[in-house]
Amino acid sequence: MSNVPAELKYVNSHEWLRLESDGTVTIGITDHAQELLGDIVFVELPEVGAQLDADATAGVVESVKAASDVYAPIAGEVVDVNVELESSPELANSDPYGAAWFFRVKPANVADLDKCLTAAEYSKEIGV
Amino acid sequence: MTATTEAAAPKTTPLYDSHVAAGAKIVDFAGWAMPIHYGSQLKEHEIVRSDAGMFDVSHMCVIDITGAEAKDWLRTLIANDVEKLGFEGKALYSGMLTPEGTVIDDLIVYLTHYGYRMVVNAGTADKDIAWMLKQAEGRAVELTVRRELAMIAVQGPNAIEKACKVLHEEWESTIKGLKVFQGFPFGSVEEGWFIARTGYTGEDGLEIMLPAEEAPLFWKALIGAGVAPIGLGARDTLRLEAGMNLYGHDMDETISPLQAGMGWTIAWEPTDRNFIGRAALEAEKAAGVKCKQVGLVLEGRGVLREGLKVVVEGVGEGIITSGTFSPTLKHSVAIARVPAGTGVTAQVDLRGTLTDVRIVKMPFVRNGKKVFS
Repeated sequence: MSNVPAELKYVNSHEWLRLESDGTVTIGITDHAQELLGDIVFVELPEVGAQLDADATAGVVESVKAASDVYAPIAGEVVDVNVELESSPELANSDPYGAAWFFRVKPANVADLDKCLTAAEYSKEIGV
Repeated sequence: MTATTEAAAPKTTPLYDSHVAAGAKIVDFAGWAMPIHYGSQLKEHEIVRSDAGMFDVSHMCVIDITGAEAKDWLRTLIANDVEKLGFEGKALYSGMLTPEGTVIDDLIVYLTHYGYRMVVNAGTADKDIAWMLKQAEGRAVELTVRRELAMIAVQGPNAIEKACKVLHEEWESTIKGLKVFQGFPFGSVEEGWFIARTGYTGEDGLEIMLPAEEAPLFWKALIGAGVAPIGLGARDTLRLEAGMNLYGHDMDETISPLQAGMGWTIAWEPTDRNFIGRAALEAEKAAGVKCKQVGLVLEGRGVLREGLKVVVEGVGEGIITSGTFSPTLKHSVAIARVPAGTGVTAQVDLRGTLTDVRIVKMPFVRNGKKVFS
């Protein structure tokens, strides 16, 4: 059964978002996504400073089973990436909402978060 | 991701409930509901390379072949020659070919005291049996499909030692004396136990055929002896590291064994053994075989996957037939079919980027160690 923390926001392409106190937004892939992918062996992250549109490709996650794009759920500038994930991609399986955050953006419009799914809506989407 | 279809429910093996109880993620594999992993494919892979793991391979099909003409018939049915089976229990790997010289299936055949035992793939079993029955018409050959048998492969450096702990004590010396690629019935043929020192992982180990009703208890006993259940996911990464073909991926009825790295399984001598497909293969050889099978190594990031295009500068294009991340080597490896003139380097179209790969002789891993240079 996938874990869907109530305090986060989500999008259909299985990324989660968390608004930080400094106004940036941390983004990762959901527990459901890592379950679907299986053992994750490589992660590619965006460049710090990149300007991403909403739904733009922001990286790649490769598991033993499949390669999958990671999308920017909202528009913004990439202000930080989790380099630890590049050397330890298995964190995406073991701690998808913690140590395995992917990147952080300064949102173009913080109100875009309101358009994202709530935990209840995302749970319904993935059938849990 | 879960599609509802009106297709028939997948078949289950006698160990289905055991897999569910062990927390397996079940997938449809060639019409069978099989465990893909029990938590982590990578951990399961490592257990087989370093200790002992077991696979439920009951979906594969066991066929006993008896009758006065069994040997002569097999010498025409398959491309390898059962005449090579010099002692009881010896096994042979072979392709079964169409008259056009393409691969109907790959299989193992054992010489037994009562005739022969053949083990064929799950997804091809019905097709194989229909083909074999057709070829057996008017011949003194009897085929007995042993669907009442389950099959468990115990593989890894500690596999034989651990399996012997839960098998009859009096069988131990015989099992430990089995040569590689040799197997025997233990007890009477009707009782159903047959143990062979074969496998599909590049490790030592046993393939154990046994009565379906005894399988769940035996499986449980193996767990008790420290043998971990391993899913089909790790079975695929293990066999790929070992450079072993998978039917439907690395070869099928569109590919000749000469192009699929199976040239060594064709017994050309004696020249008067007219096996099905021989004339087509001889013609192909005479004309020059256009493709060959090679191993690809990508030491950087990314995963080579089935279906990706291989570009060989100045020579032509090929295709990856099986590709994966190698858990032992920590980078990607693949099996590819490339133009015959391919040298030692190529490029793979990896998500739109032509990426350099090295061409190596397979296997990639044998007995837990890297073997290519």
